[in-house]
Amino acid sequence: MNAERVAVVGIGQTKYASVRGDVSLPGLLREAAYRALEDARLTMDDIDAIVVGKAPDFFEGIMMPETYLAEALGAVGKPLFRVHTAGSVGGSTAIVAASHVESGVHERVLTIGWQQQSVSEAMWALSFPIPFQQQLVAGAGGYFAPFIREYIRRSGAPDDIGILVALKDRLNALKNPYAHLHEPEITYDSIKESFMLWEPIRYSETCPSSDGAIAMVLAGEQAAEASAAASGVRPAWVHGTAMRSEPATASGRDQVSPRAGIDCAADVYSQAGIVDPVAEIDMVEMYVPFSWYEPMWLENLGFAPEGEGWKMTEQGRTALDGDLPVNCSGGVLSTNPIGASGMIRFGEAAMQVRGQAGDHQIDGVETALGHAYGGAAQFFAMWVVGSEKP
Amino acid sequence: MRDVAIVSVAQSEHRRAVPELNEVEMVQPIIQGVLEQIGAGISEIDFTCSGSSDYLAGQAFSFVMTLDAVGAWPPIAESHVEMDGAWALYEAWLKIQAGHADTALVYGYSKASPGDLPRVLSRQLDPYYYGPLWPDSVALAGLQARSMLDAGAITEAEMAEIAHRSRTAAESNPHAQLKGSPPVEELLGAPYVSDPLRRHDCAPITDGAVAVVLAAGDRAREWSQRPAWIRGIDHRVDSHNFGARDITRAPSAGLAARRAGLGDGPVQVAELCAPFTHQEKILRNELGLGDEVVVNPSGGALSANPVMGAGLIRLGEVANRISAGEFDRGVAHATSGHLLQQNLITVLEGDS
Amino acid sequence: MGSGPTFAQDADRSVSAMPEGLWGQPEVNVPDGGGTEQVRRVTVPATMVYDYTPGAAPTRFLRGLQEGRILGERAEGGTDVYVPSRGMDPVLGRATTESVEVGPKATITTFCVVHIGFGENAPPPPFVSALILPDGAAVSLYGTVLGIDHTEVRIGMRVRPVWKDPAERTTSFENITHWEPIDEPDVSAEELKGHM
Repeated sequence: MNAERVAVVGIGQTKYASVRGDVSLPGLLREAAYRALEDARLTMDDIDAIVVGKAPDFFEGIMMPETYLAEALGAVGKPLFRVHTAGSVGGSTAIVAASHVESGVHERVLTIGWQQQSVSEAMWALSFPIPFQQQLVAGAGGYFAPFIREYIRRSGAPDDIGILVALKDRLNALKNPYAHLHEPEITYDSIKESFMLWEPIRYSETCPSSDGAIAMVLAGEQAAEASAAASGVRPAWVHGTAMRSEPATASGRDQVSPRAGIDCAADVYSQAGIVDPVAEIDMVEMYVPFSWYEPMWLENLGFAPEGEGWKMTEQGRTALDGDLPVNCSGGVLSTNPIGASGMIRFGEAAMQVRGQAGDHQIDGVETALGHAYGGAAQFFAMWVVGSEKP
Repeated sequence: MRDVAIVSVAQSEHRRAVPELNEVEMVQPIIQGVLEQIGAGISEIDFTCSGSSDYLAGQAFSFVMTLDAVGAWPPIAESHVEMDGAWALYEAWLKIQAGHADTALVYGYSKASPGDLPRVLSRQLDPYYYGPLWPDSVALAGLQARSMLDAGAITEAEMAEIAHRSRTAAESNPHAQLKGSPPVEELLGAPYVSDPLRRHDCAPITDGAVAVVLAAGDRAREWSQRPAWIRGIDHRVDSHNFGARDITRAPSAGLAARRAGLGDGPVQVAELCAPFTHQEKILRNELGLGDEVVVNPSGGALSANPVMGAGLIRLGEVANRISAGEFDRGVAHATSGHLLQQNLITVLEGDS
Repeated sequence: MGSGPTFAQDADRSVSAMPEGLWGQPEVNVPDGGGTEQVRRVTVPATMVYDYTPGAAPTRFLRGLQEGRILGERAEGGTDVYVPSRGMDPVLGRATTESVEVGPKATITTFCVVHIGFGENAPPPPFVSALILPDGAAVSLYGTVLGIDHTEVRIGMRVRPVWKDPAERTTSFENITHWEPIDEPDVSAEELKGHM
């Protein structure tokens, strides 16, 4: 490995909401970008390249919108790069931005992930009918719910684990001013009594549809140290990045615990020198759009043996005061602008390392994992960030 | 910087429409071909990256299905850009430079035939002011050509000569969609499509795919008798406010060329992604290419233009000619957006 | 993050509300423009017509459906039968070339109970949306399971397709209206792993 060191030195998020009708798309992106630049004590002029990511263009009805957004992103005369890897795109985009620095080609890179889902009907943009293809008459949750059922069957988990995850994440969201859903009155019973959509998934166990953007400034070693000196906030050094993909429908594929996720985790841990993830990683931001994916990913990521991820949830080990806090920000269950969701995971992990997470900060985070997935649980992107220079 | 080269190139026999195949069926033989040419399997590829567009396919997440052509099992390190495959190559090049990979498979494709391409491309415009007017890509290019004619930067005869030269060159390109051209005088007698553009000034609409393999150092020498080394690569973007900038120019192309070190030595061959004849002239000016440079010996985008592959094809064409020993140093150009708004420049060299 | 930003008005939804309008276009909240007339929303209709073609392998599959047969495909040198094949064995990255009839009997590999319908072809909720593995195939199809109370559906349950009348069949997935249980012993769920 001959990669240059790279660190996160600035993070900016918009307030997430069902509708951000108060800003245009460029305004939304600049809200995040300027906060990230301010955090890094830099200006647009200091940025060498801009790397953006979002999920399908049909959401906003603009094909390859980065060309239209060139000026709003301060990109004129600079490299402007656009990533699209389905739901994992926010994570993939951060990794591509990191590559820009690791390669030694660029020194300071601004990366932005976003989605303005209120602009079109999200369900339409995701699944308008294409002739000749199987029509899933059950919606997005109907795609994933059968695999949750299979997880429950295999693991023998009690049927309320999903409720516990949803309750934890929504309560965590109350400590995150940027989170979309703030539901102070939420209780175990209110989730249990919420409408059963795709049995075993209840309404309160699903992610919302959000508008919002997140931006990060990634910098090489010297630039990172300069930013840190100016801001007084330590950089979150990137200790490892990994992406893995597998086909959507393939013989031998296990959608409950996809091999791409297992391999991706093994790769990123190896880069970061992590042997015992549950002991060495202090917190995780993982992509949990339906509550049951927390125990499923705990196993897939090697934090729990197969079939036992739910026990970590049930024992409160993934709560803010647990030994492996998961989704302290409230997670995707509380905020879901699809193209940004993965980058929010990566960014929140970096915020924890930098000690910037405010009311949802975990004390003493030295190493954190950001995780994103997409497609038919087939595209994975992960990074490990830490307080020490790798 | 690590030495990284293009060591294998494969592309479709491009056609106006490939209705009998779906995208993955169209792309798979090209991916299989690019690997078989070097006797490699997907297990020897460290990183895979592709470029395509949902708007062309008329379908969200269209690239997901195309992954079936790669044989991504066991799972592979893989990424996708909603850009021309040339930018996918840029991402792969960064990965190799960072030491995350030594080899990469890159592909780009478009199956534009299901939609009305010039109209689909209008959806790439600013949604508040330009988009609602539905200017199609040919009409926009017409505005640019008109600006050039009025500025005395080109003549209609020069444009016809570019078309004639390109499509005549395409006669020796087995992958070209349009081959051969009537004489310039006859072209100039044709009616306008979008005044001042005539039919011959416009690239065809194409279904097609292209794939290349990148390799670093010794691996490149193992896979290729004469690797086409990437000596410089850079991309830049200009403003989308076409009314507020001089559209007879593409400053980002010139800037990218300087950053890629184009001027560090003589250029023998250039493949320029100019879907309209007058755009070749803009690019020649921005890149400072003299008359001694062989431009678009493949026929260029005017002879086959699979939108998300046309830029990557330019890289492949220059690489092939360098690997064949025809040239020692060349430049490949890719573009994105309307009116050459975004440009990528790659300088390729063979060992002397 | 310093003193923290000031937020635009929060568009939180109420706790455990019914999903009415959740997937529609919500109302836009625009701050007071200070006396100027507010532009609340610019609606830009964007109608585009795409003429899709299915491709070679899906064409073979859909023609089979018209004849009341479920045709899978296998790649040369491969063992797995894909249905419906999009033309590839995605594990090998090779074209599927050999046609293999699968089913019609099949096994439910997993399912969910849908309490909210999507699309005009959805049956009245609650209904079972299942992944269904035709005998001889390596991967499952999507289908709805009717003719049984949804609480009695099990992973591993055996089913068969219910077809439209031959006269009404087209080259369409809708030729199989749904799947219904048959009186055969369940398949062990362990055998179904990797075939969902």
